[in-house]
Amino acid sequence: MASLLTQKSLVIGKLTKYVNDCAKRLSSHFIYYPDNEKPISGETTKMNMMQAINNAMDITLRDDPTAVLFGEDVGFGGVFRCALGLQDKYGKDRVFNTPLCEQGIAGFGIGLATAGATAIAEIQFADYIFPAFDQLVNEAAKARYRSGGQFDCGALTVRAPCGAVGHGGLYHSQSPEAYFAHTPGLRVVVPRGPIAAKGLLLACIRERDPCIFLEPKILYRSATEEVPVDDYTLPLGKAQVLREGTSATLVSWGTQVHVLLEVAQLAEDQLGVTVDVIDLQSILPWDEETVCNSVKKTGRCLISHEAPLTCGFGAELAATVQEECFLHLEAPVCRVSGWDTPFPHVFEPFYLPDRWRCYEQLVKLLNY
Amino acid sequence: MALRAGFTFVKLNSLRQATRLLSTHTRPDVCQNGGISEFPGAKAPYVNEIKFLNENSYDPIPIYRVMDSNGRVIDSREEPNIDKEILINMYKNMIQLNQMDKILYESQRQGRISFYMTNYGEEGIHMGSAAALSPRDLVFAQYREVGVLLHRGITVSELVNQCYGNCEDPGKGRQMPVHYGSKQHNIVTISSPLATQLPQAVGAAYALKRMPNNDRCVICYFGEGAASEGDAHAAFNFAATLDCPIILMCRNNGYAISTPSCEQYKGDGIAARGPAFGLHTIRVDGTDTLAVYRAVTSARELALSNKPVLVEAMSYRVGHHSTSDDSSAYRSVDEIQKWAKDESPVHKLRLYLEGKGYWDAEVETQFVKEARDTVVRAMQDAEKKKLPHWKEMLEDVYYDMPPKLQKQMKQMEKHLEKYSEHYPLNKYLNE
Repeated sequence: MASLLTQKSLVIGKLTKYVNDCAKRLSSHFIYYPDNEKPISGETTKMNMMQAINNAMDITLRDDPTAVLFGEDVGFGGVFRCALGLQDKYGKDRVFNTPLCEQGIAGFGIGLATAGATAIAEIQFADYIFPAFDQLVNEAAKARYRSGGQFDCGALTVRAPCGAVGHGGLYHSQSPEAYFAHTPGLRVVVPRGPIAAKGLLLACIRERDPCIFLEPKILYRSATEEVPVDDYTLPLGKAQVLREGTSATLVSWGTQVHVLLEVAQLAEDQLGVTVDVIDLQSILPWDEETVCNSVKKTGRCLISHEAPLTCGFGAELAATVQEECFLHLEAPVCRVSGWDTPFPHVFEPFYLPDRWRCYEQLVKLLNY
Repeated sequence: MALRAGFTFVKLNSLRQATRLLSTHTRPDVCQNGGISEFPGAKAPYVNEIKFLNENSYDPIPIYRVMDSNGRVIDSREEPNIDKEILINMYKNMIQLNQMDKILYESQRQGRISFYMTNYGEEGIHMGSAAALSPRDLVFAQYREVGVLLHRGITVSELVNQCYGNCEDPGKGRQMPVHYGSKQHNIVTISSPLATQLPQAVGAAYALKRMPNNDRCVICYFGEGAASEGDAHAAFNFAATLDCPIILMCRNNGYAISTPSCEQYKGDGIAARGPAFGLHTIRVDGTDTLAVYRAVTSARELALSNKPVLVEAMSYRVGHHSTSDDSSAYRSVDEIQKWAKDESPVHKLRLYLEGKGYWDAEVETQFVKEARDTVVRAMQDAEKKKLPHWKEMLEDVYYDMPPKLQKQMKQMEKHLEKYSEHYPLNKYLNE
């Protein structure tokens, strides 16, 4: 009996350890830094990023009778609940499910926009946007150019959850922004939190160019801020300086901005140096001016993103920075990113460019 | 009660048996007392006999025809009531199209334009369908539907300007020849990637459906080769599930470049896929302009009640695929001749018009000459025109030009100041 009890407690002990390990494995690789500044004055409500996106789409459907929202499982609110309640509010003809076919969703959205409707398409995960690559790259991006401005699909916005989520493996973790950044005619935007998400999404929806709006899915629930309830937009093609300093410029977008904000704090605490942290926000067209002005001031530049290194968008930033800031650079431009592998499942903690990898590179950059 | 229910069941069953006897379908026998399944994915009865279905399980979808090969109406009840003026105009546009194809094809051979694609053998599909539509209906085309554009009133000059990419081309010389488009005529600009226009057309149809008091539909043309693309599958399924006012118009001309349709699909053409997606479907003789007209007229009525329709128009691609193709490398001249002569849609419509006393050999000769002159004049004019200003190369990428692109424009401007003699600037507009 006693031995049985021991055995039992042993099993429970093992189980507890396992659960704890799992929690450790799944624990977030970043600390969320909420936005303190509000883009507009007026009433605010506490929203997570999912609610802020829902709010932006609610405003659009309310004010634009042509606007429709569609994709896989959007009808009941979406698998990430971003469309929650919108079908009940605006009807089945405005918020609806499509068949499970990404090229169809993108093509359908282009057609809606061509015929004068505002189209908000959802691709369930950015990992599954590739079947729609042809429609987005060959069609959406080139519609205005090839028709001499007669036709366009500027009223199309494609939303897709992107980025690491702790356990997404190969096909629920990707950050495909660099693939689209090579496509003139598209706008690619990634928000870092609820306030940015609402303002940038509304800007994308109203922008007269087709936009790909990549939503870091790990922020849907974990990021909470006081978001203005009223309508507002944030400018596309503009980066935001979130923290100012003198010793280096750290650039990123999406979740990784928060990793860099933490690294900046670490650098200040441990090394006594201050750095600029820039959220690029718009990947294409991107804000060369803000980034280059910062690097000219600090003389050092670290770029970080979750996506793989080779031909990641960091490469474009690095090339531009060295071209525009050559005489100001005190050290080679440094990139900290995902490795050049598919996004792994159990190895995620070693794959991500986390605070320690970024910190190590920053130290090297400062000591160069 | 049980007895009555039993009686009803027997009655129903015998009725079902009778229907099966009458129907052309061969289906496995439904089990006597299995009833209808409750699977959410299909409303179907159970059977207890194993039987696989294949392409021979159903009779081929028949080809709707109004005229025979001699332009004689087979069943007078099916003859459409088209005004004399419109009929003559349809035929004239066919001749105009043929002349334009002939001359522009030759001009490509002489290196005067870079590329061309003719429409031989498919004129009936263009004219029959275009005449059945409202000019406000939105057209999404593949590339071999120029007759539709002529019917909408786009002039030969406008088409030729596009082929030359001169400063009068609304597309500003950016696309290859035959990639026409006209906002004013509700014809969405053509692009090269095949079948991409299909789901787009469905989306556009959905947008029209949501407009108050909609009286417009969308027609989307595509070849049987393009129908193999994933986008075609997407479009068929989206059109059906979202109840879109669209006519999906397949031109089945037997070839996709060199690939014969027997290597394109194994089933009963494209039409057989329609009912599988829940689309109203018809197969029509594409060399019979009147049959196409009738089919599209009825299809349009269905479409406007938000019932999407698939029309498969059978035809034969008489010309080469394009100027970059020599089709004698993969098919016999005899085969081409048969379709060029005996089953020519132009010839059939001409015989029909002659039968009505609307047309004769003399008018024919005169109009052919007129059509030829129109094209030659348009080409002479188009050749004299300058190409658009080089800066048009960088416009319209975005609604507003991003700073980076502005920078690239300045870069090119500076470069041209220094190295202008190495560029053909005199051919282009200068400011």
